[in-house]
Amino acid sequence: MKKKTKPNGKSISNHEPPMKLRLYVAGQTPRSLAALSNLKRICAQHLDGKYELEVIDLIKNPQLGQGDQILAIPTLVRNLPQPIRKIIGDLSNEERVLVGLNLREEQAARSSAPTRKAIGAKL
Amino acid sequence: MAKRAKAVEAEIASSGESTFFPLDKVQTGIKGLDDISGGGLPRGRTTIVCGGPGCGKTMLGMEFLIRGAEEFNEPGVLVAFEETPQEMQRNVASLGFDVKKLIDRKKLFLDYIYIEPSEIQETGDYDLEGLFIRLQHAVDSVGAKRVCLDTLEALFSGFSNDGVLRAELRRLFRWLKDRNLTTVVTAEKGEKTLTRHGLEEYVSDCVILLDHRIRDQISTRRLRIVKYRGTSHGADEYPFLIDRQGISVLPVTSLRMEHEVSLERVSTGIADLDEMLGGKGIYRGSSVLISGTAGSGKTTMSASFVDAACRRGECCLFVGFEESVSQVARNMSSVGLDLGQWTRKGLLAHEAWRPTQYGIESHLLRIHKLVDEVKPEHLIIDPVTNLTGAGGEEVYSMLVRLLDYLKSRKITAIFTSLTANGSEDLEKSEVGISSLIDTWILCRDLEFNGERNRCVFVLKSRGMAHSNQIREFLMSDQGIRLVPPYIGAERVLTGSSRTAQEAKEKADLLVRQHEIEQRQEALSRKRNALEAQIKMLRADFSAEEQELERIIHQQQARERVLEAERDAMNRVRSGSPESSPDATMTKAAGDGK
Repeated sequence: MKKKTKPNGKSISNHEPPMKLRLYVAGQTPRSLAALSNLKRICAQHLDGKYELEVIDLIKNPQLGQGDQILAIPTLVRNLPQPIRKIIGDLSNEERVLVGLNLREEQAARSSAPTRKAIGAKL
Repeated sequence: MAKRAKAVEAEIASSGESTFFPLDKVQTGIKGLDDISGGGLPRGRTTIVCGGPGCGKTMLGMEFLIRGAEEFNEPGVLVAFEETPQEMQRNVASLGFDVKKLIDRKKLFLDYIYIEPSEIQETGDYDLEGLFIRLQHAVDSVGAKRVCLDTLEALFSGFSNDGVLRAELRRLFRWLKDRNLTTVVTAEKGEKTLTRHGLEEYVSDCVILLDHRIRDQISTRRLRIVKYRGTSHGADEYPFLIDRQGISVLPVTSLRMEHEVSLERVSTGIADLDEMLGGKGIYRGSSVLISGTAGSGKTTMSASFVDAACRRGECCLFVGFEESVSQVARNMSSVGLDLGQWTRKGLLAHEAWRPTQYGIESHLLRIHKLVDEVKPEHLIIDPVTNLTGAGGEEVYSMLVRLLDYLKSRKITAIFTSLTANGSEDLEKSEVGISSLIDTWILCRDLEFNGERNRCVFVLKSRGMAHSNQIREFLMSDQGIRLVPPYIGAERVLTGSSRTAQEAKEKADLLVRQHEIEQRQEALSRKRNALEAQIKMLRADFSAEEQELERIIHQQQARERVLEAERDAMNRVRSGSPESSPDATMTKAAGDGK
């Protein structure tokens, strides 16, 4: 079994359950489409398929936004693993997305220096 | 060019005309607020309700929605950011609002939006379309016409991007306006600005400020319409209270004194007092002040009035600030007044509470509410001077408003006033409302000869002739009497001096009567004696008369006999045949016949 190592040292093994993600959009606005494409890219890069993504269009199903208390559009909700995290915006700021998904340490994302090298150095 | 100018002119003219149309308003149903705002909140626009914590902003918003749903058939949506729907329901359930029923009937929609800032990570551009979608869904589900957002400032704590937030807020208010939803938005009061986050920049149609301050350890709530574009409104601070029926704002009374007055006179319940008031009593709908020192009978007089009014079938409201309901009832029964029977028949509403319990505005508000509920024809406040302990200088203006209100409803007002000891100050009423009063009855004590007696007189009574007599006030278990005092040679006597004097006069009268009787008796005795004497004399006289007649008779008889004998003798002497003794005898006998 190939062990996938993430740059911050966390490892994803096949035993871990896949990340459950829900992306709330409102229609086919450019922001929503951008969010979707950004998300797909980030997931491809960092999650390597270990995720379940659901895209919910609130224009079509407005009541579905109630459960997750969705106010901002677009919002990405990570249901699993707990705790629930919400990431709002078009997901263009990759660092913040990763922090939000708990794929990266918070402090590292805040610093302006490229994070990969720093964490790689830690190892 | 000319055409275009004309078109522009026409537009300006027409737009100028439109500003003269009255603003379309939505009634809130909140007592007093519709009066102050000139009809309610602006339709289709947003109103900000701001204030400190615990001022009643949420309460106002909720009541706006609930009453809209129940009374005006306008369903509403509440979007709460701080409390869950269950908490909301519980809060208003204590006020008697059955929110659950409204929700079931699809008249009300409670939505709870929970924003947990720690959960949120902002990555890039976003907008608050989710909120709009949610709101649309809520509005559509009940067909809402009214919306309450409580409190919109929670958004500021959740989302840190100020620029986005403000843009979205602007969009939200336009969104609400486009759908013609009358909205109430609650906000925390800021340090220097009306709201902490400056919401009033976007919403400038109507701003209401609620205040909750403590003064002299008593809390008072006030409401002020800071701004209401396009209409005239009461710009003062109005006190309000929150009680079992929700929010009540002290209503504005008409500033013009255009009350209708009645010409009817009603009895005060004390016959002697009616006599002093031109013989008929006081005017219906007028104001009466009964003032006096402690124990001078003010409560008793007002209770007599109540008794008389209830007997006529008129409803009364008795508000006491000194004695409890049962105490007054007990005390009045000692003068023969049974107030309990009227309470039982529903003609008397008797309320009592301590004046120090609330601020002056709350007192007056409560009285207003009671008057609206009970709809009495007469209102008694006993005593009114206790309110000064709670309010100070504002009492006067508050009482003016109350009296105004009562006069406009033609409700007779009877106030009792406790004045300080000291006969000179009795006419200086503490509250200074004596100029507002139509009839002033003063109870004064007269000290004389080791006694202190209560006296009553009518100081003034507008519109009627009244007595200027000072009468003595007597209470017994048969009721109240106002007895004219004895006006003696030198002074007016009251109390025991009067009774003594009256007793003395009575005794004198008796003595004189006795004398006359005696004389009459003497006279009749004399008459009797006289008559007896006369009788005796007559008897004597008649006896003598009889004797005399008998003697006369005898004499006459003898004379006849003698004559006869003489005749006989003459015949015998003359020797005629007839002179034979037998013949003479028979002749004498024949002559003698």
